[in-house]
Amino acid sequence: MKRSVFINGIGAVTTQGVWRQEIFSEAQVLDHAITSANQPAYKGVISPVAIRRMSSGIKMGIYAARQALEEAVMSMPDAIVTGTGLGCSEDSDKFLRSLWENDEQFLTPTSFIQSTHNTVAAQIALQLQCKGYNVTYVNGAISFESALLDTLLLLQSGEAKNVLLGGVDEIAQQTYAFLQAGGYIKAADTCETVKTSASPGVNYAEGAHFFSIGRDKTASSYAQVVDVALKNELEVPETASFLQGFLATNDLPSSAIDAVILGYNGDKQDDLFYAAIQHMLPSAVPLYYKHLSGQFDSCSAFGLMVAAFVLKQQTVPPILHWNEKNPSKTTWKNILIYSQYKGKDHSLVFVSAC
Amino acid sequence: MNGGVAVTGMGIISSVGDTVEENLQAILAGKNGLSRIANFPTRLQEHIWVGEIKRSNEELSDTIGLSLPHSFTRTTLLGAYAARQALEVAHMEDVNDLRTGLISSTSVGGMDYTERYGPTYLTSPEWHRYISAHPAGDSSHKIAHYLGIKGMVTTVSTACSSAANAIMTGARLIRSGRLDRVIVGGTDALSKFTINGFHSLMILSDALCKPFDKHRKGLNLGEGAAYLVLESEDAAKQQGKNVLAYLTGYGNANDAFHQTASSENGEGAFLAMQKALATAQLTSQNIDYVNAHGTATPNNDLSEGRAMQRIFKDNMPLFSSTKPFTGHTLAAAGAIEAVYSILALQQGIVPPNLHFDTPMEELDLIPQTALQHQSLSHVLSNSFGFGGNCSSLIFSKA
Repeated sequence: MKRSVFINGIGAVTTQGVWRQEIFSEAQVLDHAITSANQPAYKGVISPVAIRRMSSGIKMGIYAARQALEEAVMSMPDAIVTGTGLGCSEDSDKFLRSLWENDEQFLTPTSFIQSTHNTVAAQIALQLQCKGYNVTYVNGAISFESALLDTLLLLQSGEAKNVLLGGVDEIAQQTYAFLQAGGYIKAADTCETVKTSASPGVNYAEGAHFFSIGRDKTASSYAQVVDVALKNELEVPETASFLQGFLATNDLPSSAIDAVILGYNGDKQDDLFYAAIQHMLPSAVPLYYKHLSGQFDSCSAFGLMVAAFVLKQQTVPPILHWNEKNPSKTTWKNILIYSQYKGKDHSLVFVSAC
Repeated sequence: MNGGVAVTGMGIISSVGDTVEENLQAILAGKNGLSRIANFPTRLQEHIWVGEIKRSNEELSDTIGLSLPHSFTRTTLLGAYAARQALEVAHMEDVNDLRTGLISSTSVGGMDYTERYGPTYLTSPEWHRYISAHPAGDSSHKIAHYLGIKGMVTTVSTACSSAANAIMTGARLIRSGRLDRVIVGGTDALSKFTINGFHSLMILSDALCKPFDKHRKGLNLGEGAAYLVLESEDAAKQQGKNVLAYLTGYGNANDAFHQTASSENGEGAFLAMQKALATAQLTSQNIDYVNAHGTATPNNDLSEGRAMQRIFKDNMPLFSSTKPFTGHTLAAAGAIEAVYSILALQQGIVPPNLHFDTPMEELDLIPQTALQHQSLSHVLSNSFGFGGNCSSLIFSKA
């Protein structure tokens, strides 16, 4: 059943703008508590009426999905699988506020209709008229990796030949204010980066990342996804057996890993997990990305984008290096991505050059 | 027919009962669980009927033995309650002796607490522990932790088809060899958010719902949770497990028609049923009973009815919607109805479609209105949701 699958197209709307060759070389390190995505003009992609009605998550998702499919020259995927931690919270917030403000009266259904977690995948299916398999996973930091695992299942079992895989999370004013009050997001007036982080909380953001993934290698292929593993909770020392088990399953000696992409986000407790994995892979070059993407549940999809870029271009943009360890490497073959959030939702993704 | 995935445990809590046995007795007696909302105040109280579980959060918390304070929302409490039963039935003393996962589903997650305490979050830290209980995934984490599962835990949210998809994902994980055993299902609590949402869409009935009836006026919402334990046939055999039923077929398709409405010809539903039959390697003639989605909205029942007629043509098997018993339990519905489908196979019964009176004009379709005793081999269960998400499952007699 083991069989690699290929990343044949990428699309994204991020704090660093949309997906493009120069996204990393032009990237700016985030230093605000909350950074909005640098949204493209949606004119021509989405109808003017819909642009006004849709939340940023739906718009970002539709744009990124279209970019990924265009790059892969794929007009109709067999399945659409997405991951989102908080779903369409802009619309949830809106409906909840009117519920409170009007005491359950004068409610209109539009925001309720758009508040379900599967709205983005549904809207993409509607636009493409894609009647295939369609599922949305919502499980914190492994929302995207759950969708990636499902994508692997679909392609490896032969249920699908091409899958549109995506992760989307949007900033919603009220939801983010609550996360800020709860100490998850840094205070509004802080100006710290992942590296200079001293205050509690993390810099949050939003984004949509889509990938056209296929059973077959094509002219546009970036890399192959070999395997993914998920674990609900671990203590820092238990990361060792999680990592060793994954490497053993994939017959991958740790010395063969060229780079490890880590989710360092500036939270001291969170970063202990990444430091532990980094320590266990001394020959792998450590890379990081949340200083560019910001934190949100599906932000690890940005990490997959990094892996795909490095493996295709065979070069690492300097801004992605976690430390000064000077890599003498000239070829990049195997990359591991590790992600978790607050000791929960651990994932390992093994990506390889094709 | 293929071998299928073994169902070795099931647990349920709904407005008609706190256990599988109580749910069975309600079906046998034709006793519905619909009432006026009592657990929280709402303007809609006298306007709608709901399948509400008449147990407070405190009672539920006590029953499952939680120590206070905790941040289990009602969705999570119901889920933990039902999942624990499923583990007991499956005799899972050590949850981690095999590669065990949990694939849960929910649509409201912790919204019931956010809508209650949200207005205080910015001014007082008193209820801050519920902030992290809001996301859907939090309920699955707490249920897994409560059950002691360390492994693959994730959550599906595809509106009203969520639990069917969680069951399907679990089965596919077992078939792929990635898991030996997986607890699958869904949980949703009633909340002001959902009742007002459906009310604003004008699809709630002010009377008891009448699926597939000409005069149907909409749905009744409900709350509940149900979970199945799925194991590979080999794992079940090796442990000498009692198999309750086999999950032999599953299909998922998108209607790609409208964000909330179903297409005229029920294309998504048709495709989901067709795929489920294909995975089960069965033909439509092999299906003895269909547990329909049957929400009793004018749109769903017509669309589902058309899809069923396209699949079964002139050989429509017995069918009924059990939503008049429980109300529409949203993300839990697919799991609650999976339990009812398995009970139908085990007991040799077709649950009645309560309150049906007059056939729809558009279709030649009459649901089973009285409890029928009959041996069944294969039962098909439908779950459809907003976003065009359509899923069908096929359970076969053990």
